[in-house]
Amino acid sequence: IHFVLLISRQGKVRLTKWYSPYSQKERTKVIRELSGLILTRGPKLCNFVEWRGFKVVYKRYASLYFCMCIDQDDNELEVLEIIHHFVEILDRYFGSVCELDLIFNFHKAYYILDELLIAGELQESSKKTVARLIAAQDSLVEAAKEQASSLSTMISQATK
Amino acid sequence: MGSLYLALLRLGCSRFVWAIQGDRLSELFTTLGDMIRAIRACKTAAEERAVVRKECAAIRASVGENDQDYRHRNLAKLMFIHMLGYPTHFGQMECLKLIASPGFPEKRMGYLGLMLLLDERQEVLIDLNHTNQYIVGLALCALGNICSAEMARDLAPEVEQLLQFRDPNVRKKAALCSIRIVKKVPDLAEIFLNPAAALLKEKHHGVLLTGVQLCTDLCKVSAEALEYFRKKCTEGLVKLLKDVVNSPYAPEYDVSGITDPFLHIRLLRLLHVLGQGDADASDCMNDILAQVATKTESNKNAGNAILYECVATIMSIEDNGGLRVLAINILGRFLSNRDNNIRYVALNMLIKAITVDTQAVQRHRATILECVKDMDASIRKRALELVYLLVNESNVKPLTKELIDYLQVSEQEFKGDLTAKICSIVEKFSPEKIWYIDQMLKVLSEAGNYVKDEVWHALIVLISNASNLHGYAVRLLYKAVQTAGEQETLVRVAVWCIGEYGEMLVNNVGMLDVEEPMTVSS
Repeated sequence: IHFVLLISRQGKVRLTKWYSPYSQKERTKVIRELSGLILTRGPKLCNFVEWRGFKVVYKRYASLYFCMCIDQDDNELEVLEIIHHFVEILDRYFGSVCELDLIFNFHKAYYILDELLIAGELQESSKKTVARLIAAQDSLVEAAKEQASSLSTMISQATK
Repeated sequence: MGSLYLALLRLGCSRFVWAIQGDRLSELFTTLGDMIRAIRACKTAAEERAVVRKECAAIRASVGENDQDYRHRNLAKLMFIHMLGYPTHFGQMECLKLIASPGFPEKRMGYLGLMLLLDERQEVLIDLNHTNQYIVGLALCALGNICSAEMARDLAPEVEQLLQFRDPNVRKKAALCSIRIVKKVPDLAEIFLNPAAALLKEKHHGVLLTGVQLCTDLCKVSAEALEYFRKKCTEGLVKLLKDVVNSPYAPEYDVSGITDPFLHIRLLRLLHVLGQGDADASDCMNDILAQVATKTESNKNAGNAILYECVATIMSIEDNGGLRVLAINILGRFLSNRDNNIRYVALNMLIKAITVDTQAVQRHRATILECVKDMDASIRKRALELVYLLVNESNVKPLTKELIDYLQVSEQEFKGDLTAKICSIVEKFSPEKIWYIDQMLKVLSEAGNYVKDEVWHALIVLISNASNLHGYAVRLLYKAVQTAGEQETLVRVAVWCIGEYGEMLVNNVGMLDVEEPMTVSS
């Protein structure tokens, strides 16, 4: 997988992850081109578009288009499953995920994607395992925050 | 005690700074959520730019003061602003500082920023030797996503060691990171051969998944690796696939009733690479491929994804006639599937399969022709390409008839492609000149405006060289123009022809058996 894009129906970018080298300028161009290509496709057409010698697999979930770019000889049907896998994990994490969740918690969406794909390859086929790993890391963050806040409470008490 | 004193001092300083800046206080300390809400509330691009400018200024000030507490939040804000398309170069140092911090939350955010804001060309210190598996995981993930060739060379030994780390979470990440490394520097492949083979014996699905992928990519970059895995691992992999296929229901890995389709597919792909060009390896896998091809449930996408991969593998390995036929029949079934994704991938695969076994594909000609009339434009296009590849001397007449019939009802956007293909077929395979003329006239009458100049020029050349057909041609053209006069190209050809052979038209000269007499007044 060369890159992952999440685009809203209005063409707003909610998440981008690049696994192949694309400069800033190229990225903007790619997003513009693909938005134009994918957002205008009718609902009954198949979920694959050919673009610049690659294949882009996309699936719409509510108001968001999940897009993944792959090589010509990759398995498009599998990528559809990978997209679904990602969506189900997001759903489990946020509890019935919606676009707003991904806007306000974009960093969490990235953390989840990073447990799913590295260097464009699938990392884990068990949703339960991904959920567990994210939860463990979230609690590390929570624990550190608690420590930090108890320390600053101590300091502010001491400086009163 | 000393550090508490320093912390107090710092706090005291900050308070002093806050006192001076007064009003800037509220901007300095907006939360991430506040900023996002403020940006979303903007109604114009100019408003948004103003908000972003204010936030960037606040962040820059905070960065300038080396403010540790808000570094984390500042970076999150910068990432959001970056996603909106604004430049955020001043944030790059913050990433590096966060990564160098000891705490997990800082590292987590720092690595994310690293991957988002920086691209492949940045050099960074990576702490792969940490004891905390999550921190090692962060580093491996970042390295896997943005590694350069120099970093690959420097850090390969560390990553290779991590393939044997105690936590499977780290092992699977190390496997994928290794893939990136060998893609950047193929020479390094040999250090990964043994550890990669060891991963194939694991039980953890995530490690297996990534291990199999690593072996596949090693085979692709190194002939030595291919030989190694082919000799050592083919049998083991066949057994592994058998176990996965026959495994009982496992809720953790179940997708549409199949246990871990992703693992199925990766194993099939590795077998594909190992079996290609090697008769022994191919022999070894025949049974399991037949089993997957016949037993996999085909009513959901997951099952079809597996079947698709299985077909691809069968078509690439050394010939076992029975398996090939099985594979092409699966594709034939796919062509009639209601799901247009399935029809699409089947057509793609059939295009590849034609070079391997044309006969088998010919048997599905009728279904393929149906796909030329599909509602989905990409399917129509693919089907047309496939039909074009299937044309030969024996089927050219019925196929052309079908295509021309369809030309009459096809959609505007498709007529161009269709016309071009028909003309090409007619030109290449025409058995007799008279048939050529007949077909071309039909095409000109139906879609003359889509016919390219070279094509109707060639038609004229053919007609002029076929002296026995001059009369026939001119009469046919005359009749055609009366019903399809709006087709400009048709009219042009007709006018030329009538100009050359007009007297044959009027006097019914050189009539062929198939014609009926016509009266034409000059």
